[in-house]
Amino acid sequence: MSLARAIETGDAALLPSRRDEDWRWTDLRGLIRAVPAASPAAPAPAASGPFAALGGEELRLVNGRGPDRLTLAAGERRLVALRFVAAPDAGAHVSRIAIDLGEGADLTLLESYEGEGADYLADAELTVTLAPGARLERIVLAADAEGGVGVSRADIRLSAGASLAQTVLTTGARRQRLETWVRHPGHGATVRLDGVYRLAGRRHADITTVVTHEGTDGTTDQLVKGVADDQARGVFQGRIVVSPGADRTEARMGHHALILSDRAEIDGKPELEIYADDVACAHGNTVGALDDEALFYAAQRGIPEPEARAMLTAAFLGEVLDRIVHEGARDIARDWLAETLGAPRP
Amino acid sequence: MLSIKNLSVSIDDKAILSGLSLDVPTGEVHAIMGPNGAGKSTLSYTLAGKPGYQVTGGSATLDGVNLLDLDPSQRAARGVFLSFQYPLEIPGVPALTFLRTALNAQHKARGEAEVSAPDFLRLVRGKAAALRMDFDMLKRALNVGFSGGEKKRMEILQMSVLSPRLAILDETDSGLDIDALRIVSDGVNALRAPDRSMLVITHYQRLLDYIRPDRVHVLSAGRIVASGGPDLALELEREGYDKYSKVAA
Ligand SMILES: Nc1ncnc2c1ncn2[C@@H]1O[C@H](COP(=O)(O)OP(=O)(O)O)[C@@H](O)[C@H]1O
Ligand SMILES: [Mg+2]
Repeated sequence: MSLARAIETGDAALLPSRRDEDWRWTDLRGLIRAVPAASPAAPAPAASGPFAALGGEELRLVNGRGPDRLTLAAGERRLVALRFVAAPDAGAHVSRIAIDLGEGADLTLLESYEGEGADYLADAELTVTLAPGARLERIVLAADAEGGVGVSRADIRLSAGASLAQTVLTTGARRQRLETWVRHPGHGATVRLDGVYRLAGRRHADITTVVTHEGTDGTTDQLVKGVADDQARGVFQGRIVVSPGADRTEARMGHHALILSDRAEIDGKPELEIYADDVACAHGNTVGALDDEALFYAAQRGIPEPEARAMLTAAFLGEVLDRIVHEGARDIARDWLAETLGAPRP
Repeated sequence: MLSIKNLSVSIDDKAILSGLSLDVPTGEVHAIMGPNGAGKSTLSYTLAGKPGYQVTGGSATLDGVNLLDLDPSQRAARGVFLSFQYPLEIPGVPALTFLRTALNAQHKARGEAEVSAPDFLRLVRGKAAALRMDFDMLKRALNVGFSGGEKKRMEILQMSVLSPRLAILDETDSGLDIDALRIVSDGVNALRAPDRSMLVITHYQRLLDYIRPDRVHVLSAGRIVASGGPDLALELEREGYDKYSKVAA
């Protein structure tokens, strides 16, 4: 049940399947009969990435090939665009990169998944460590192709006093899963794990996160919002584990989604596993529809229904984007949202 | 001119309006008064095209166009504006964004040019000042956390920016203290114009001290049961609606 092994051996039987509890809503085995041929080496993409306007340095992994390490020295501060590209001729590939932040380092990581191919199978594995006091803001824009299958897994280990702030933005793919695993040491470390999915057609997106609190006085704040239209399917699995001894942990998890069509589906599974004392944890999980009264109010003012729907949907999802700290990235995220909805920019 | 003929409306197959007729000539302000539950809001929602209000008979035309054939946003573009009895809260959408989207959507539907951002801001600033509204309030999400009076003022601001042919004010006075009532009434009076009709719906005569109507109609049990000059409002204030409830029964 490892995607990377399935790709590397070409053995479809190793793909994660419905029988794996954590993969039951994002079955790959049932979808993919044969693992595509290994992706060939490919030239750098002609198009610029979604964060190009912000400048900074750029790391590219095209069809799984590219740099395998990004290291920030203690106190170093950088803005890096990290682009995972499935080129037009992509088959199956695994991309791996290790990212290490030294003590007090500060990284704004602008990560994108760009699907130029038609029916690729791409896996990305990120291993990230933050030394004491390091700060990472990770903004992930997953722009996979409609026919692509993409999985990304980031394993992030924080040290005391470090902070991770993450926002995942996705329009889904034929099947797509964005996983984040966080080892949380407490002791002043903070974690924010946000996400927005906006799905139409037959697209599928799965945002899965697991945070394990291992020390006292840690905080985790999570807000994931999404909408599914047409026959799309959104999956959110959020697990927060408060280990024995991780006392005084504060964790908040919210997943709120709108279903815009009878044939769309949203599956949400928020889980809190608490084995410590004096812990403040809360979670909310709601799935609803757009407010008909608000739609009528907007229509009464002259806003036609499709535009009103886009406006209200953008407002619903926009709450998450407001939490992005990096101003330029926040603007790009808002533009992305307005564009995917055809909504007026607020 | 608004012309309503024999209008019958049901909600969930329950008849609420039954054969209501009413003309409001262009340039006039008419008041509709009536007891709670008479069907006043039903009339305003029906004219605006709210889903769920089933028209079972009759017609409603504005300048000869049958409103009942149009969807709500088309009616708005034709000039129908409803000031809601209970204005909606729209989380996440700043009032300015909402209003500019509405204005430009109406312009587009009428084949008129889009209003530029600077022109729009100038327009709204002027109107907000006249209604003594803090401009910063317009940067907040529309009506979210606003008091009842602020919401009503926001309705009148939207009306003055959208400049409708037919303005329907559904209990605009409810929830207003006397100062706010004066400011809102001044705002409404400033919008009286030879090319605009207004339908002012109220339960109390008080509002009509500030907005003097050309005609007053009594709505009871789903129909207009009496019409007269402004004095009719004073009579209703003195004698109540009992007499008309009996007529309707
Ligand atoms: N959504 C609704 N569903 C069922 N009945 C309704 C609904 N709205 C109004 N009514 C009924 O229609 C009648 C008229 O209501 P309304 O038009 O709100 O009166 P008014 O505004 O004059 O107080 C009342 O009997 C009310 O109970
Ligand atoms: Mg009413």
